[in-house]
Amino acid sequence: MQPFTTHTGIAVPVLVDDMNTDQIAPVAAMRNLKPDYKALLFMRARRRDDGSEDPEFVLNKPQFRNPGILVAGHNFGAGSSREAAVWGMPANNIRVIVARSFADIYRENCLQNGLLPIVLAPQDAEAFEQRVVSVNGAAPFTVDLPAQRITGADGCDIGFEIASADRTRLLEGLDNIGLTLKHAHEIASWEQRTAIEQPWLQSAADSRSARP
Amino acid sequence: MPRTLFDKIWDAHLVARRGDGRDLIYIDRHVLHELHAPHAFEQLQKQHREVRRPDLTFSMQDHTVATMPGRDESSNPSGTAFIRAMREGSRRNGIRLFDIDDPEQGISHVVAPELGMVLPGATHAVPDSHASTVGGVGALAFGCGTSELAHILATQVMALTRPKRMLIRLEGRLRAHVGAKDVALRIIGELGVSGARGHVVEYAGAAVRAMSIEARMTLCNLNIEMGGRSGFVAPDESTLSWLAGRPFAPSGEMWDRALAHWCTLKSDAGAEFDREYLLDCATLEPQITWGTDPSQVVGIRGRVPDPAKAEPAHRAAFESALAYMGLEPGMAVAGLPVQRVFIGSCTNSRLADLETAASVVRGRRVADGVVAIVVPGSTSVKRAAEAAGLDRVFRDAGFSWGESGCSMCAGGNGDRGAPGERCVSTTNRNFEHRQGPRVRTHLASPETAAASALAGRIADVRQIASALA
Repeated sequence: MQPFTTHTGIAVPVLVDDMNTDQIAPVAAMRNLKPDYKALLFMRARRRDDGSEDPEFVLNKPQFRNPGILVAGHNFGAGSSREAAVWGMPANNIRVIVARSFADIYRENCLQNGLLPIVLAPQDAEAFEQRVVSVNGAAPFTVDLPAQRITGADGCDIGFEIASADRTRLLEGLDNIGLTLKHAHEIASWEQRTAIEQPWLQSAADSRSARP
Repeated sequence: MPRTLFDKIWDAHLVARRGDGRDLIYIDRHVLHELHAPHAFEQLQKQHREVRRPDLTFSMQDHTVATMPGRDESSNPSGTAFIRAMREGSRRNGIRLFDIDDPEQGISHVVAPELGMVLPGATHAVPDSHASTVGGVGALAFGCGTSELAHILATQVMALTRPKRMLIRLEGRLRAHVGAKDVALRIIGELGVSGARGHVVEYAGAAVRAMSIEARMTLCNLNIEMGGRSGFVAPDESTLSWLAGRPFAPSGEMWDRALAHWCTLKSDAGAEFDREYLLDCATLEPQITWGTDPSQVVGIRGRVPDPAKAEPAHRAAFESALAYMGLEPGMAVAGLPVQRVFIGSCTNSRLADLETAASVVRGRRVADGVVAIVVPGSTSVKRAAEAAGLDRVFRDAGFSWGESGCSMCAGGNGDRGAPGERCVSTTNRNFEHRQGPRVRTHLASPETAAASALAGRIADVRQIASALA
């Protein structure tokens, strides 16, 4: 996984609550095994019914065509667990999402893909959102994970908290499977113990095909 | 110290604390589906990693399969590549596949408990947000994305941070024609779409005890619609008798040992939860959504709310939902003309769901101009329903009767409504465009859906039932 240290980019405001993964990445855009993840992001909102681009949608505005940071409301990424709703972000160079809160599975999917999910303290969130709206894509912001700060135009400088485990994983770009396999011995011990204590958990055989 | 059942299951499955502070939780059963598993198979192959426990893993073809009679892998052209990649990946990794023509194929959340793959006190993972459906048999289930799916395949554990605990007590006796779907929708209406975020919910109380196992699965299925990390009902005698004899459940002496353990699976008296919520179900009416998320719900005799009177935080969402749904504040929900009715999905496609819907439909006709569809949750459900003559009941009334799959729930198989249609659906998400571009979805129970198909309008099933009596 690509390590995350700092990321600089235009911050695009999508300030609605409960944005679900059907809105972020509709199933209709996932009709083959290798869809265009760049085009799939907010596909429905990007286009009008006749298929033409909707100039009113924020990511279609000239100043937000190459965003780096997405700024969202509460419960971002609700609904389906589809990871395409995360894969569409880096495909558009978005590597940071600042939201009032994240849906649990979506946040996990971000961490799996080297995307930094940030939740600011409520008063900071409000100030940052206002700043993002007033800057209106005219100047970038920089997210610095080691320093845990967001900086930008007009002296914007806001600190953020993140669980140290998640911070380390992003900073080092750690391979999630590799991290866990360091505990392969403990996994095997658990299996051996459980096979004795609760053997039904360690066997999922079809009793109809069992040989005598 | 008294412990909750969640704590007991978690602690019993805690393999290790990982270097980064996450808990490694062993996954007893892992069920995959073809929309996401092919990407994980590919990832593992590239990394030269093996599936650790193919014997605890099962593959289902459900999201992209066509539901038309006589279907095959080509019937939904956009699904063919997924179905084939699933077949190939499962074969390569030694995972038992329930293929499109398997006599036990179906929706993962329906098939896994039906075949006894999921057990009380066991952990379960599916790369799908409705994983916790199987909480209805007392399993602790987690939905996840594709990367985590690959992680589980390679390690048989999930790396999780410990969720908080929530107790939802459902008291009182449900009235006739009010079921688990109505209860779940009301809870979401009260708590909101992020009301259980970060929590594992234990559902308890007299109303839950009185529910069938199928109904408990409907209740737990909708847990994610309020953001819950998982949800379950502690096993009781109903659970154990429901599980007995299912092919992948333990049998013989092993069953007796398992049974002795399962009887201990409950939260201790005095165990503390981070949150508690109580709902008196005794006066609950059938529920139906009016908006574009599952919390935008009213009783069947209710009216569309006025955004001007809503809490300021909800006003914009209400206005946007009304515009999409083509509704005005103050309109009665009952009586709205419908063009489509869908009975199916992991929420409401088990035999008990089809039986209650059929009891409303029997001897009556679907209204002119309504496309009415039943899609059983599994091929086994379909077979059992046909043996009971339910397919005749639905067909005679003018419903179509499909092959099993996820179908119109998310439209991943191409089943969808026409633009502008109003659809009463027994599914779990009324999001904009989910059932097709501009389709207006109203979530409700199988009985309400059936009644609405007959009336050609959103209908109170109790009126149709009393007309029959």
